[in-house]
Amino acid sequence: MSDDALTPDGDAAVVQTDYVVGQDNIQKQLGPFGLDIHNPVFVISGLVICAVVFYALALPDQAESFFGWLRPAVTSTFDWFFLLAGNIFVLVCIGLMISPLGRIRIGGTEAKPEFSYAGWFAMLFAAGMGIGLMFFGVSEPISHFSSSFAEGAGSPDSWAPLGGAAGNEEAARRLGMAATIFHWGLHPWAIYAVVALALALFAYNKGLPLSMRSIFYPLFGDRVWGWTGHVIDTVAVFATLFGLACSLGFGAEQANAGLEYLFGIPASDTSKVLLITGITAIALVSVIAGVEAGVKRLSEINMVLAFLLLLFVIVLGPTIAILTGFFNNLMAYGEYLPALSMPFGRDDANFSQGWTSFYWAWWISWSPFVGMFIARVSRGRTVREFLFCVLLVPSIVSVLWMTAFGGTAIGFVNAGVSAIADAPLELKLFTMLEQMPLAAITSFVGIVLVIVFFVTSSDSGSLVIDTITAGGKVDAPVPQRVFWCIFEGLVAIALLLGGGLGALQAAAVSTGLPFAVVLLVACYALVKGLMQEPKAKPPLIRSRKAQ
Amino acid sequence: MYKKIMIPVDLAHTDRLEKALTTAADLSKQYGIPVCYTAVTASTPTSVAHTPEEFAQKLEAFAQSENQKLGLHSAESHTIVDPDPVADLGKKLIKAAHEQGCDLVVMASHVPGIQEHIFESNAGKMALHADVSVFVVR
Repeated sequence: MSDDALTPDGDAAVVQTDYVVGQDNIQKQLGPFGLDIHNPVFVISGLVICAVVFYALALPDQAESFFGWLRPAVTSTFDWFFLLAGNIFVLVCIGLMISPLGRIRIGGTEAKPEFSYAGWFAMLFAAGMGIGLMFFGVSEPISHFSSSFAEGAGSPDSWAPLGGAAGNEEAARRLGMAATIFHWGLHPWAIYAVVALALALFAYNKGLPLSMRSIFYPLFGDRVWGWTGHVIDTVAVFATLFGLACSLGFGAEQANAGLEYLFGIPASDTSKVLLITGITAIALVSVIAGVEAGVKRLSEINMVLAFLLLLFVIVLGPTIAILTGFFNNLMAYGEYLPALSMPFGRDDANFSQGWTSFYWAWWISWSPFVGMFIARVSRGRTVREFLFCVLLVPSIVSVLWMTAFGGTAIGFVNAGVSAIADAPLELKLFTMLEQMPLAAITSFVGIVLVIVFFVTSSDSGSLVIDTITAGGKVDAPVPQRVFWCIFEGLVAIALLLGGGLGALQAAAVSTGLPFAVVLLVACYALVKGLMQEPKAKPPLIRSRKAQ
Repeated sequence: MYKKIMIPVDLAHTDRLEKALTTAADLSKQYGIPVCYTAVTASTPTSVAHTPEEFAQKLEAFAQSENQKLGLHSAESHTIVDPDPVADLGKKLIKAAHEQGCDLVVMASHVPGIQEHIFESNAGKMALHADVSVFVVR
């Protein structure tokens, strides 16, 4: 076969390696089911996860004190590292977007996108932060506003960002919104974009398996197919599964609280287990239906519902305040961004370590999952288009969402509605909607959104874990993805009933530290890899050629 | 009787296709009609090829070697690129049969077992949903 055969759509710099995707896989018949799994990543990840769940259930106090110590120790000790790394990711993304490297196309110069803009964007948003926006859209702006506005703002005990603005309502509001947008804007999306772009580049342009280890190829060469790679992939599976199982467990608690608040369905272990089972069952149907008919369709439904809810809040809420607030908040974000992202010499340790560093560790621990998923659906986009849609558009949407929900909620709180401030985290969204017309309908839409966002997370997460544990194969037998989907639900139920959700979520977030290093390597590999790629021709030349 | 035969091919497991390939070849010669070797590949690198284009070339090479080996009327190949092949296989094959003008599908399948009560086999799906003739070889 000629060398041309290795070329993707148009030109691309394929890596010449003897490694064949799936060469370390075991293909076995297990009872009636055919399996195609990576040896040893599948078995080790499965066993490690079982062992940790067992540890958390058998020795709950010890597990809780260990992981309860580990997570804050990681985020407090390495706060400067997380903040510094976060800034590097944003700068790398912006640098790539404006440099000539932005013209490179994922999948080769002639590759065509596999999904429409709407479907693509819906999927990346649902995977990236959909569920988080539901829970933190109202609560986080209020938290930052309250701590900034409070009398003790700026004292060592205060949780206010940048010393707060004690007693100054307008300044506290701007600071609170800027701090929230900081946590949901460019930085998290840059984290996802770096991982996703690196994975997409090494899979679609370089011909390496779609797995975390491929990012390390420029550094380790063929050694990534050995234990170095096994460890990276196993930690990725670990972080993804625990991240998902724990958020599923907490999500069930929160959805249950919402259902109790709205419909009087009592919160109990039974109803939580039923919720997890229900969410897992829908995710199963979707996982079997595949990306196109499953997760894409669900993400689109959610996108429409979320947009309607947003539109509702904008139209029936303080419309003018939201629209002007959007620009004000954008400006506040720009104004406070340098100070908020400063890794050294911070006086607001509670905020920079307890909020920012924790968030960064959290986003980074999610990045193998979200990055893999975004990579999988992004073939055919240019680097510039990719970064524009993964970095800038979601950041803008986050600003709008936070302004509409958080800004409106702050308005209510300032007008003397204390119910929102007093409500527990999971009910803040609903207590805010209650202050507006048609609360029954909008709250119902809110609950549906929360549940469907969980389904899409569980669904896309199962696909990602399946791909990693199948050595980068996206076409492993269906029972395998079914296994991971059910396994994730079972881990969530076990932790919910036996205790240990908090401990294991702390464990998942703690993987943010090693992955921050992985991501920095990804930046290097990404830039190096892109520099070897041929650039897509500017449209002008292409159209002239066509004539 | 028929215009063109489609043979869905799994390039990773061509050894399991022997019987279906021979059956299709016999039918091709009997009716003097062309055969279209069709395969669905992921857009990500697979065990068969680094890229969809490499896959398409391998499939074409396979089609031509079968053509020579079995002395078919004529052979062509058709590669379908799909982001999630295991989920979309049946659907994409039916669509391709229409696009390629194939009115007979000869498809290898394994002997059904317990798994088929839970997950429909691809050939089963084809036989159930396709509006062209489907010959399932077991």
